Amino acid sequence: MVQEHVIIIGNGIAGVTAARHIRKLSDKRITIISSESEYFFSRTALMYVYMGHMKWNHLKPYEDQFWKKNRINLLKAYVTEISPEDKSIKLEDGRHLQYTDLIIATGSEPQKFGWKGQEAHGVQGLYSKQDLELLEKNAPHNRACKRAIIVGGGLIGIELAEMLSTRDIPVTFLVREKHFWNNVLPKHDAQLIDEHIKKHQIDLRLKINLDEILTDENGKVRAVKIKETGETIQCDLVGLTTGVKPRLEMLSQTSIETNRGVLVNPYLKTNYDNIYAIGDCAEHREAIQNRPSIEAVWYTGKMMGETVAQTICGKPMTYNPGHWFNSAKFFDIEYQTYGWVYPTEIENHKQLHWSHSDGTKAMTVNFNKENDKFVGINTFGIRLRHEVVNGWLEQNKTILEVMKNLKQANFDPEFYQSHEKDIFKSYQKHL
Amino acid sequence: MSKFERNMAMTGEKPAALSKAQKIFSAIGITGLFILILAIANVNFPNKTLFLSLSLGLMTLGTVGFSYDLYKSKQPGIKNDGVWFKSMTSRGLYAWITALALTMFYVALYWYPEYLGLNSEGANTGIISLFDPLSRLINGGPASQWFVYGTLYTLAIFIFGYKFIKKYRHNRYEVLRTFSVMFFQLGFAFLIPEILMRLNQPYFNPANIWPLNYDLFAGYKLDSFFSAGSIGLIMFTFGILSIFVISPILTYKYGKRWYCSWVCGCGGLAETAGDPYRHLSDKSVFAWKVERWVIHSVLVFVTVMTIAVIYSYLGQNPDEFWFTKDVFLWSSAGFLSLVFGLLMYFKKEELAKDAKYAGAGYLIVILSMICINYFNYNQDIFLFPAHKLRETYGFLIGAAFSGVIGVGFYPIFGNRVWCRFGCPMAAVLGMQQRLFSKFRITTNGGQCISCGNCSTYCEMGIDVRAYAQKGENIVRSSCVGCGICASVCPRGVLKLENDSLDNRINQKEITTGNDIDLMEFFNEKTK
Ligand SMILES: Cc1cc2nc3c(=O)[nH]c(=O)nc-3n(C[C@H](O)[C@H](O)[C@H](O)COP(=O)(O)OP(=O)(O)OC[C@H]3O[C@@H](n4cnc5c(N)ncnc54)[C@H](O)[C@@H]3O)c2cc1C
Ligand code: SF4
Ligand code: SF4
Repeated sequence: MVQEHVIIIGNGIAGVTAARHIRKLSDKRITIISSESEYFFSRTALMYVYMGHMKWNHLKPYEDQFWKKNRINLLKAYVTEISPEDKSIKLEDGRHLQYTDLIIATGSEPQKFGWKGQEAHGVQGLYSKQDLELLEKNAPHNRACKRAIIVGGGLIGIELAEMLSTRDIPVTFLVREKHFWNNVLPKHDAQLIDEHIKKHQIDLRLKINLDEILTDENGKVRAVKIKETGETIQCDLVGLTTGVKPRLEMLSQTSIETNRGVLVNPYLKTNYDNIYAIGDCAEHREAIQNRPSIEAVWYTGKMMGETVAQTICGKPMTYNPGHWFNSAKFFDIEYQTYGWVYPTEIENHKQLHWSHSDGTKAMTVNFNKENDKFVGINTFGIRLRHEVVNGWLEQNKTILEVMKNLKQANFDPEFYQSHEKDIFKSYQKHL
Repeated sequence: MSKFERNMAMTGEKPAALSKAQKIFSAIGITGLFILILAIANVNFPNKTLFLSLSLGLMTLGTVGFSYDLYKSKQPGIKNDGVWFKSMTSRGLYAWITALALTMFYVALYWYPEYLGLNSEGANTGIISLFDPLSRLINGGPASQWFVYGTLYTLAIFIFGYKFIKKYRHNRYEVLRTFSVMFFQLGFAFLIPEILMRLNQPYFNPANIWPLNYDLFAGYKLDSFFSAGSIGLIMFTFGILSIFVISPILTYKYGKRWYCSWVCGCGGLAETAGDPYRHLSDKSVFAWKVERWVIHSVLVFVTVMTIAVIYSYLGQNPDEFWFTKDVFLWSSAGFLSLVFGLLMYFKKEELAKDAKYAGAGYLIVILSMICINYFNYNQDIFLFPAHKLRETYGFLIGAAFSGVIGVGFYPIFGNRVWCRFGCPMAAVLGMQQRLFSKFRITTNGGQCISCGNCSTYCEMGIDVRAYAQKGENIVRSSCVGCGICASVCPRGVLKLENDSLDNRINQKEITTGNDIDLMEFFNEKTK
């Protein structure tokens, strides 16, 4: 009998997690293909290389010999076609590979909105290793890049702003919403970050849209034009960080069903029995709790990888994640979130907001007014214990119970000032 | 490495050029240092008190002013911008020059103090004579090379400690432990011993514990304790209590960090002057293997050496003193076997396979050497005369390893080379930390994004990420609890804490936050 061969397209967190777990559970042949880099690296840490905190090698979570030791073949190649009928894929160099199971984990690519000039030199997104290399060319220092414009107030935009500011490159940050990341963060939280961004000498422009990108005679960016005011701002770099979308270009010729992403059922299966999709590129046909149908974060890629490995190794399992959580860092302010805190209060829900006078710590709690049930929490500059908060959500704790026991969830380093009493007082006042 | 990395390193820009104030403060500091260099070059300064004050004062002003200006306009937070672009912190030319200069200083200090101006016959010259006034003030006598070294060492911990505190001012754990090392360095390591000398008492630094203080049981030391009356006895008793009572209790409660990052002078220098080099430690699995072999070999060496030294000090006649060579040898053999037996009995599962073999091997070596020599009734235990053994240890480990390589090579191998590969005290505390301690670094559920900051900035070369990304706690014997991994983590994943022994070492296959059934099924299974 031919040995079963699992091919995974994409060596990001989703594909690599799947491979590791399949290896733990079975002896199947495993091949991971990626055209981006030879080895798995942490995409979330790209910024630290540009900032000089780490070198490229530090981004690799496993030593290079790990893959061989675990009999996971790595192939640096670009996949151009999938033929579900004869269970094979085609590489750019013309080679064909046969699979018994195929996992599509191709991740995302930057989303662009058809602006004039968006293909000019000096205009770029920040997603891949190649984008990082390009940034090093476009903005090596503030002599070559006298000003940078960042379009899009999200997580990658603020990371790019922080990156450039470490090289003293002046940044103008165009944000469409009323406040930074206001489509996710409630107003008070978003305002805190607005202020913090400005403290870092970033020229933050709120409620501003890009109109077009102006180029010089060599096709290089020279300025941007703003829709609302018609103002033009001179610049040498435009960072487009207006979100990402699933990367599907190689699927256009196949009969694998896609919408915005690769459509999958709860088993993470596509319309073909032995083809799966996980991570950023997957789109769930059926809604899972109140999660978005495409979840483009690190953790969900990891969890989908863990789940799909079970299914492929003969223990069919649906993707059924627990409570939502996420985290980020906005310059010097760490952010964590557990459960759901909506950008605007929804019906029957109420939000309580507390903030410290130093402008670097805040907390917003969301609960259901009808039954007092705790729904979610955002913290800024305060670390929380994942397991404790997850337990509260799991056990349907009330807001009072949560507020009373907040200290149990504190995860700040030892000797840090604690704010629980203050938070509790402010909570009582607001009730 | 790929082409990519090379050009990243070349084009990567250092954050900002020095500000005007920083340039001025650098000049001030260098002037202070220059006075020292002139003194080393044997320039005889007329007014020693004035020039010494000038030199130390200018160096202090330069470093403090520079640090103040560097961090004053920055928001509190992690300040690692451009670390891998600067020549000084990425093994560039400056780093090598600094390493070379430091190494030469150490070589002169340990083996050629006369080049520094030490003169046992007449008055000192050179840099040592520059320190005479301060030495007279504190201990009443002229300076020695060790006085010069001690003064500069203490000063370095203070001025670079100030810089460290500014850099981590948002983190109270870091600030407090820096105050602590400053306090122990100035009080315990510098002033107390010098003042004791002035009072004609034995030289004693209460914070320097055996086996780091390998000389504690040397014949001349024991003589000095026993001839100093009750104060000598107190010192000796304190030394013994530190080893067998104080240190085990504190390590049980807080992990080895109570010593390595809060008290110890070697740790103190590493955490302050050495802080800019912490990311240079080698993180490979290979380095970890080397580490375990080397550090435990040093521990065996120091144990054997100490047993030999005590053995040769003791008498043979039980009528003179009941604690004879025989009693001592049998009781140390018994003690070691007991410790080892208990360890094997209670902690079998927790000891990794190789640790068991190594431990057993070492024990056999020690015991067999003791037996052979004992039954031979040889004057020299362990084939060499004991004092030779001590001298060799002092040369190889005490001087070459801890000084020349340990500090001289900060800019090349990182700041904790000695603590990681060489320090026998760290080996003892580490074993205890691994097996009997409440300390661990807790990993925060599923929040890790595998970014690698923690591993990169771990001065002990621990691959923290390898644990964190699996959701496992970090329980490693080498962790000195500096807290930097937790500090640089951008997602709040790590917390140093002392908690119950249950579930301290946890294994997780499935990310917290995934399907509850899946989590329970697998995580239970591996417990
Ligand atoms: C700058 C940045 C910061 C981020 N920070 C965070 C964060 O803090 N927290 C968080 O939760 N998430 C963060 N994310 C999002 C997170 O990184 C992604 O959700 C995650 O990496 C997606 O993993 P994946 O395995 O699905 O895909 P990817 O990591 O994108 O991997 C897919 C791989 O497949 C390759 N590929 C695609 N098509 C082909 C083909 N046809 N042939 C061969 N190879 C192909 C791609 O080149 C890529 O290497 C960040 C993203 C970016 C860009
Ligand atoms: S693991 Fe963390 S606390 Fe321990 S030595 Fe390394 S950086 Fe310091
Ligand atoms: S620094 Fe934090 S997020 Fe990054 S790898 Fe370490 S534990 Fe994970």
